[in-house]
Amino acid sequence: MRQKELRLITTFHTTADALACERACKEQGFSGRIIPVPRQLSAGCGLAWSCEPGKEEEFAEFLKEHGVEFDEMATILF
Amino acid sequence: MGEMRRVYLDNAATTMQKPPCVVEAVTAALTSFGNSGRDTGGHALDASRVIYDARCLISDLFNLGNPKQVVFTCNSTEALNMAIRGLFHRGDHVISSVMEHNAVLRPLYDIEEDQGVSHTFIGVDEKGRLLVSEIEKNIRPETKALIFTHASNVTGNANDLHAIGKIAKKHGLLFIVDASQTAGVLPIDMQDMNIDIVAFTGHKGLYGPQGTGGMAIREGIDIHPLKSGGTGVLSYLKHQPEEMPTHLECGTMNAHGLAGLHASLNWLVKEVGIDQVHAHEIALAKRFYEGLKDMEAIRFYGDYDTDQRAAIVSLNIADYDSSEVSDQLESDYGISTRPGAHCAPLIHEAMGTVNQGMVRFAFSWFNTEEDVDYAVKAVRELATDI
Repeated sequence: MRQKELRLITTFHTTADALACERACKEQGFSGRIIPVPRQLSAGCGLAWSCEPGKEEEFAEFLKEHGVEFDEMATILF
Repeated sequence: MGEMRRVYLDNAATTMQKPPCVVEAVTAALTSFGNSGRDTGGHALDASRVIYDARCLISDLFNLGNPKQVVFTCNSTEALNMAIRGLFHRGDHVISSVMEHNAVLRPLYDIEEDQGVSHTFIGVDEKGRLLVSEIEKNIRPETKALIFTHASNVTGNANDLHAIGKIAKKHGLLFIVDASQTAGVLPIDMQDMNIDIVAFTGHKGLYGPQGTGGMAIREGIDIHPLKSGGTGVLSYLKHQPEEMPTHLECGTMNAHGLAGLHASLNWLVKEVGIDQVHAHEIALAKRFYEGLKDMEAIRFYGDYDTDQRAAIVSLNIADYDSSEVSDQLESDYGISTRPGAHCAPLIHEAMGTVNQGMVRFAFSWFNTEEDVDYAVKAVRELATDI
């Protein structure tokens, strides 16, 4: 298994929200990608957004500005 | 660097690759079908005929004996909801199992709350096999039905429908089977197995398009319709007509999708053969399992001593999060799998994998031994480098 890295992981209530996040990030040139939700964040199935850690508040604000609803954000090893 | 190899092993979610005849049938339907059952023009009749022929093929596939008792829905979840919400009354009790998908569990939880219909879930042993001997012990005077999946979408373990059907017959209970993982894969004979309702989906083992599925219903079983609306017949009736299959179908049918299902059924039954498809898929699953079973870091879930199962192999690597393993398989090797809970929470509780989930590999007719060997190599690398 690869070395784990610190990542800012954002989870969503719906798949539609995750895809809205991906679209908004792509349009703004933000790097990141969709991953399966890490188990330490949620015990269900689903999609999450993984990006560089460190700018949690700005990213939350960015999502808000773009009307993207999210569940939680956490910086974890993944 | 060359392009990464892509290997799709999430066929228990949907068979991604369809036979070319399915693509051709849907394409042809998109430029030739009118609205089935709505007029007698050639285009509408073309759609009606294909849908009727698809009913005949499904009726034959499950040995139902009456194509009018085949109802089409958009998937097995819709079919299961129609059956579970449309058959029971306050005070009734049903028996189901921890192997079920949320397509069964959630409607059961809903009717418990909304309609006062209680349930008992039968458990599994350490390999995830249903404790069939527990079923009879849990039958009560108010028990009305046995609702069981044919095969778990998590472990791939298949239930013995003959044995369960005998219990249902002995006690005069309805027997409802969720065949989401097995329609087109394992034999289902409604008459021989004493099954009253088979819910199926079109886009997995039947190799048809997503948005197709349905129910085969034994004659004489009255399901209260979940929906009512336009049927093209008896328009002055205030309620949904009683006649099948119209009783449980309304609005424009997914004729384009059903044209694809019709083509895939013909391909599966008449060209390739269900036994052939299952033999191929199970051989691939076995090859995968055999290629990994010596790895100490890998834990498997399910009973791999039998071929009477779905071509699913679920595993974990040490205590790694199944999402991490699945993500690395996808991003580093181009291998698609399904991590997490698979919409089947109770089997994960039973197997002790609520926190870790499982990584599920599921094989199809269109996978090859090379695909399997590539996946074995990838998993071995991940399980060695820990």
